Amino acid sequence: MTKGLLTGTIALALLGAGPRAQQPPQPPPSQQPAPPPQQPTEIETTISGEAGAPPRLAVPDFIALSSDAETVAVAKTIGQVLWDDLNFEREFAFIPRDVYTTIPKATSFADVPFDRWRELNADGLIVGAVQKTATGFHVEMRLYNVRTRQAVYPRQYDGAANARLYAHTMSDEIHKSQRALIGVARSKLTFDSDRDGERMNNSVQNRNIKEIYIADYDGENQRRVTVGRTLNITPRWSPDARSIAYTSYRRGGANIFISNIFVGTLEEVTKGDKVGENWLPAWSPDGTKVAFTSTRDGNPEIYVANRDGSGVRRLTNHPGIDISPTWSPSGTQIAFTSDRSGSPQIYIMAIDGTGLSKKTSESYCDKPTWSPAPFNEIGYASRNGPGYDIKVLDLATGHIRQLTFGEGTNESPAFAPNGRHVAFMSTRSGKSQIFTIASDGKDLKQITRTGNNEKPDWSK
Amino acid sequence: MTLRQGMIVCAMVCAGAVACGKKTPPVARPAPPPPSAPATPARPPAPPEPINEPTIVPPEPVRDDAISSASLDDLNKNSPLKPVFFELDSSDLGPTGQKVLDENAALLKRFGTWTVTIEGHCDERGTAEYNLALGERRAIAARAYLVSLGIPADRLRTVSYGKEFPFDPGHDEKAYEKNRRAHFVITAK
Repeated sequence: MTKGLLTGTIALALLGAGPRAQQPPQPPPSQQPAPPPQQPTEIETTISGEAGAPPRLAVPDFIALSSDAETVAVAKTIGQVLWDDLNFEREFAFIPRDVYTTIPKATSFADVPFDRWRELNADGLIVGAVQKTATGFHVEMRLYNVRTRQAVYPRQYDGAANARLYAHTMSDEIHKSQRALIGVARSKLTFDSDRDGERMNNSVQNRNIKEIYIADYDGENQRRVTVGRTLNITPRWSPDARSIAYTSYRRGGANIFISNIFVGTLEEVTKGDKVGENWLPAWSPDGTKVAFTSTRDGNPEIYVANRDGSGVRRLTNHPGIDISPTWSPSGTQIAFTSDRSGSPQIYIMAIDGTGLSKKTSESYCDKPTWSPAPFNEIGYASRNGPGYDIKVLDLATGHIRQLTFGEGTNESPAFAPNGRHVAFMSTRSGKSQIFTIASDGKDLKQITRTGNNEKPDWSK
Repeated sequence: MTLRQGMIVCAMVCAGAVACGKKTPPVARPAPPPPSAPATPARPPAPPEPINEPTIVPPEPVRDDAISSASLDDLNKNSPLKPVFFELDSSDLGPTGQKVLDENAALLKRFGTWTVTIEGHCDERGTAEYNLALGERRAIAARAYLVSLGIPADRLRTVSYGKEFPFDPGHDEKAYEKNRRAHFVITAK
């Protein structure tokens, strides 16, 4: 990614056949077609921030081209969510929102007050307009070079009235085109939660069940996706974000299930009387296999099976506990937790079980999460005395970076699909809640607030 | 043997009676040879005919009746099978745990139709993930000990709930002690 440069193209879009953007909100983002190729560039525009600083952007509320309440609300939401989405990755500096009220609002692309934005040192300005259509909304967005007043990145979108998805799509496209960054604005989180207060069937004592939930990366649109009336925990997104594998006790013991959440079907990866307990599924990067921990041979060991449960292979063979498998981004290695040294520590092995290598030597480490390229890092929870903190190990240098510092206990880290953030569980606000934090330890953000929410995973 | 001894005893008794009847002065007589074993009566005296009919003893103690008649839910709420507690990060039974399991094994032998699920539980100081395995190890340890006492393995299922179902929601050592356990649930009787 080219830092400090805002490189864009004037897409000489054929306005009539302008890019039909993603179709929000259902089917899910993963089904959305790839963005149409941009037209060949005829003019290249380069904007740089001052003295190599990141470009300073302003993202005022979008213009509502009609005055009905729905259009006004959609226009306002898109602008605000887009601001949040772009701010999340810290690729741009931002003119503070509270200043926007002092700038006259544009009513169309024709009366944008460029001079006023220039006075505030804006390098780039995003102007958008929202128009109601028969089926939803038509949204036009232009990223301007404030000095030249050129629209360096104009886009148009049509779809249903899902304001947030327009903003998320724009953010991902702006990050990709301007910063060569795979954004995460359309990614989703999954986690387990007892928020509904339901009780386990045939319960011996008063037991809160847990179900699997999903949410947008920013915590919006939290929805439940399982109805097991039992304990459903440790969800993991499939690489195509169409399915969630998780641990369910619906058969009595713990087994690995897959919910195809946009189809409504259920698959069983581990089934039968002879499979022992099975926990903590982890998808291979190509989505064809699932690694998990099983006691089918009498002791917790790591296994890999095909998605349909066939072809089970055992990878570890040690009387200690081996648990918490996670795949390397290339799918050639698995990181996991083993207490074979006397306490739980992080290990790496090849997918055939060879080449074992111990990676941590601390008091107690668990739940490795392997970052995507270009990073080569493993995040994990490390015991700090009374609780745990999230740490990140750089595999190339051996350097360990600490992201949390003893505020409550902090467990179950999961990298964002671009490796720039980590989702985790923390008790810092009382109950167990999901948080995200930048992988340098900045920008902590609370995602859940109701009930106990644990063991997050971030879609690819 | 018994018959022969009986005859000897009988002969001695007859001889004595004859001697007394003749009222002859006592004379020194050789003592009879001591019996090789303490004299045992030929057969116990016939018991007196019972006047009352014997009381019928219930086949099982009253307490067992309560257990037998209780529903599974009631049984499990106040279970006669006691939980086994563990040290932090450990799945070792220890002498206390073995004693509890000895008593549980006796009950399981008496109620030979019961099937039981042994739940492994952990306190919140382990991670959610590792605790799933640690809880299982606790359940497996309890199960293996019961099997060693002769309880058929197919009557004992194990399941681990890690730290998902704490018995005490507190955040202190008192709560942790209660939550590190192998808990017994009767699933059929």
